Amino acid sequence: MEIKFNKYRRIYFTLSGLLIIGSIIVLLIYGLKPGIDFTGGTIMELEYVGERPSSQSILSEIEEFGLGDVVIQQTGEKGVILRMKNINEDVHQQILDKLSGAEDIEAEGGMMIGIVKTDINEIRFESIGPVIGDELKSKTKIVILMALLSMIVYIALAFRRIQRPLRSWQYGVASVLALSHDILIPLGIFAVLGKFYGIEISIPIITALLAVLGYSINNTVVVFDRIRENLLRRGEEFEKIVDISLTETLSRQINTSLTTLFVAGAIFFFGGETLKYFALVLLLGIGAGTYSSIFLAGPILVFWRKFKK
Amino acid sequence: MFLCYKYIAMKRKTYIILLGIIILTFLAGNFAYPKYIKSVFPNFWDIDFKLGLDLQGGTHLLYQADLSNIDKDNYSSAMEGLRDVIERRVNMFGVAEPIVQTQESGDQYRLVVELAGIDDPAQAIKMIGETPFLEFREQKDEVETQTIIDKQKEIQDLNFEEVQLIENWELAFQDPYFKSTLLTGEYLEKAQIVFDQQTGTPLIGIQFNDEGSKIFEEITTRNVGKILAIYIDDVAISTPVVNEAIAGGSAQITGEFTVDEAKELARNLNAGALPVPIELISQQTVGPTLGKISLEESLKAGIIGLFLVILFLIIFYRVSGLLASFSLVIYVFVILALFKLIPVTLTLAGIGGFILSIGMAVDANILIFSRMKEELKKEQSFSVSLEEGFRRSWPSIRDGNITTLIVALILFGLGTSFIKGFAFTLIIGILVSMFSAIFITRNLLRLFVNTKLEEVKWLWK
Repeated sequence: MEIKFNKYRRIYFTLSGLLIIGSIIVLLIYGLKPGIDFTGGTIMELEYVGERPSSQSILSEIEEFGLGDVVIQQTGEKGVILRMKNINEDVHQQILDKLSGAEDIEAEGGMMIGIVKTDINEIRFESIGPVIGDELKSKTKIVILMALLSMIVYIALAFRRIQRPLRSWQYGVASVLALSHDILIPLGIFAVLGKFYGIEISIPIITALLAVLGYSINNTVVVFDRIRENLLRRGEEFEKIVDISLTETLSRQINTSLTTLFVAGAIFFFGGETLKYFALVLLLGIGAGTYSSIFLAGPILVFWRKFKK
Repeated sequence: MFLCYKYIAMKRKTYIILLGIIILTFLAGNFAYPKYIKSVFPNFWDIDFKLGLDLQGGTHLLYQADLSNIDKDNYSSAMEGLRDVIERRVNMFGVAEPIVQTQESGDQYRLVVELAGIDDPAQAIKMIGETPFLEFREQKDEVETQTIIDKQKEIQDLNFEEVQLIENWELAFQDPYFKSTLLTGEYLEKAQIVFDQQTGTPLIGIQFNDEGSKIFEEITTRNVGKILAIYIDDVAISTPVVNEAIAGGSAQITGEFTVDEAKELARNLNAGALPVPIELISQQTVGPTLGKISLEESLKAGIIGLFLVILFLIIFYRVSGLLASFSLVIYVFVILALFKLIPVTLTLAGIGGFILSIGMAVDANILIFSRMKEELKKEQSFSVSLEEGFRRSWPSIRDGNITTLIVALILFGLGTSFIKGFAFTLIIGILVSMFSAIFITRNLLRLFVNTKLEEVKWLWK
C-alpha cells in the first residue's frame, strides 16, 4: 500500500513556501555576515595564564593602537577572542606586548636586550589582507556557480530518457526548486545567526553548503530514478506512481539521512570550534534536503502535470 | 547436477574473495594503526600521518613581492632569488620540512612560507621580512680587537645582572674582528659567476655602481694586505685579502666554492643588491595546543559518529547491518591506510570530509538492503533477493555518487586550501565506499546463501 503523499501537497508547499520566503526576507534585511576569510581582518585568540581581565579593560588597554571596531568574545575559562581589522605584524606584536604586561628589559644606554612576556599565550592568530579576501570572494563565487551549473547539466542528462508524461527538463526544474529550498533555508538561518549571534560566513560554511548541494541532488535523483523505473513498468496514473515511488524510497531516504545526520551531529557536538558551524550547515541542509526530496520534488511534478491539464 | 556444480564454483569463488578481503583488512588495519603489530614484528612498515598546520600547530605566511623596480623579463629569476634567500633563513629555525613557494595570482607575485610546529612565529616573521643585506666589513685595529676579547673573557661566567655591573660591558657583545664600512648591497650593480682563467675554479665577479666604485677604492686603499670580509645577513660569506687598491669598481671574490655554491652566492648577492621588497599580507598561526585539541576533538567526533552509524545499521538491518558494519570498518581502515600511503596532508577540513564520508558510505548499503527487503517481501528466495537487490539499486547508487563526485571534483579543482582538503578526502571516500559497500558487503552476504541462517526470515527483514 502506498502512502498518499500527494494528497497533502498544499500543506507541504505552504510550509516550504513560508520558510523560503522567510529566508529570503531575512537574507534581504540582515544579509549574511561575511567572515574575515572574505573581508580581510584579524582574529586573535589569547589565553590568560592568570586571571582574565574584563573585555572592557582589554579594550581600553589596546585603545591607543587605533584599531577601529574591536569585538571581544570570551571563550572557555581564560580565553578571549579579539576580532578587528587587518593589522600588520608590528602592531600585532605591540598588542601582544601591551596585553601581556610585557616589560622591555633595557640596558644602560637604551639598548634593548629582550622582552619578558608574562601572562598570556597566543593560541591562534589570523590576519588576512583585504586583497586576499577579495580574491577569495571572487574565487568562491566561481566555485558556487560552477557547482550549480554542473548539477543542472547533470540532471538534464540523467533524465533525458524520460519523456512521458513530463519532459526531462521539468524534472530538472523540480530538482533545482528542491535544491534552492535546501540551500535557502540554512542561509536564512545563518542570516539570523549572523545578526543576533555574530556568526560569520566562513570558508568551512561555504564548503558545507556545497556538500549539501551534492547531497540534495543525490536524494532527489534517487526518488526520480524510482519514478522513472515505475513509469516504465506500471501503467497507472502519474500521481499514483509518484506516491508508490515515494513510499518505496521512504525508508532509504530517512535511513541514509539519519546516518549522515549522526556523523554531522557528532562533529557538531564533539568536533571542536572550527568544524562546528560546518556541521551545523550539514545538519540543516541535510534535514531540509531529506524533507524536500520526500515532500517537494515528487509533488511538484504531480502539481505541474495537473496544472498543464 | 549442473546447478549444483555451478553453486559449488560460486561458493569457492566467494571464499577466495573473502580470503582476499581478510588479508586486505589485516594489512590496512595494521598499517593504519601499527601499534599492536609492532610489538610482534618490530620492523612492520610504519609511516606517520601527515598533519596539516591546523592540526600540529604552525604558521602560514603569505607575502606580496613588490617587483615594480624590476624588468618584466627578470621577474621569475628575482622571485627565485627571493625564495632561495628566504629558504635559507627559514632553514635556520630548525623546523622540519619548511615550505617556501612562489605563487602567481593574476599579475601578482607572492611567496608562501609554511612553518610547522614553530615555537616563535614572531621571530621567524622578523627574520624573513628583512631584505637580504650585503655588507663589506673591514678589520678592526688590533688594540680594539684585544679589548673586546678581554672583555668577553671577563663576563664569560657571569649572569645577566652581574654583567651589567661591569664597566663598558656592551663592548663584549661586539664583533671583535670586523667593523662595518659604508659599502653595502645598495651600491652593487651586479654579481655573476666567472671562472679563474688559469685554474678554472669558479669565482664571483662583482661590479659596483659609480658611487660604490669610489667607496670601494677608498676602502681597498686603506686596507691593502688586510681582510675585507663580505657579509650577507650578518654571516661572513667570504673573507678575501685585499692585494692592492682597486679602482673601477669591479672585484672578484675567491673562495673554496663549488660551481653550485658560486652560482647561489652570486644569485644571493644580486638579491641583496636588487631588493625585492616583500609585504606580509596574510598570516595564520595556530598554537600547538590548539592543534592538538582540534585533532583530538575531531577524532572523537569521528569515533562517536562511526559508533552511532554501526549501532543504527545493526538495529535496523540486523545481520545485513552487521555485515555492512564490517564493510564500514574495513572502509575506515583502507581510507586511513591510503591517507598514509598517498600521503594526504590531513587538515581539519579533510577530517571533516572523511567523517562525513563515513555517514555517506553506508548509503549504497542502505539502498541495497531496502531493495533486498522489498524482494524478500515478495517471497523471493534469499539468493535471488540478494542479487536483485544489488542489481536494481545500482542505477541509484551510481547516479547519487556521481553527483557528489562532480561537486567534489569542482571543489577540488577550483577551491582554496580548506575546500581542497575537504574535497580530496571526500573523493577518496566516495571511490573506496563504492568498493566496500558493493563488493565487500555482497561477498559477505553470499556466505549465507543456502545456509540455515538464510531461512530465519526475521534476521533479514
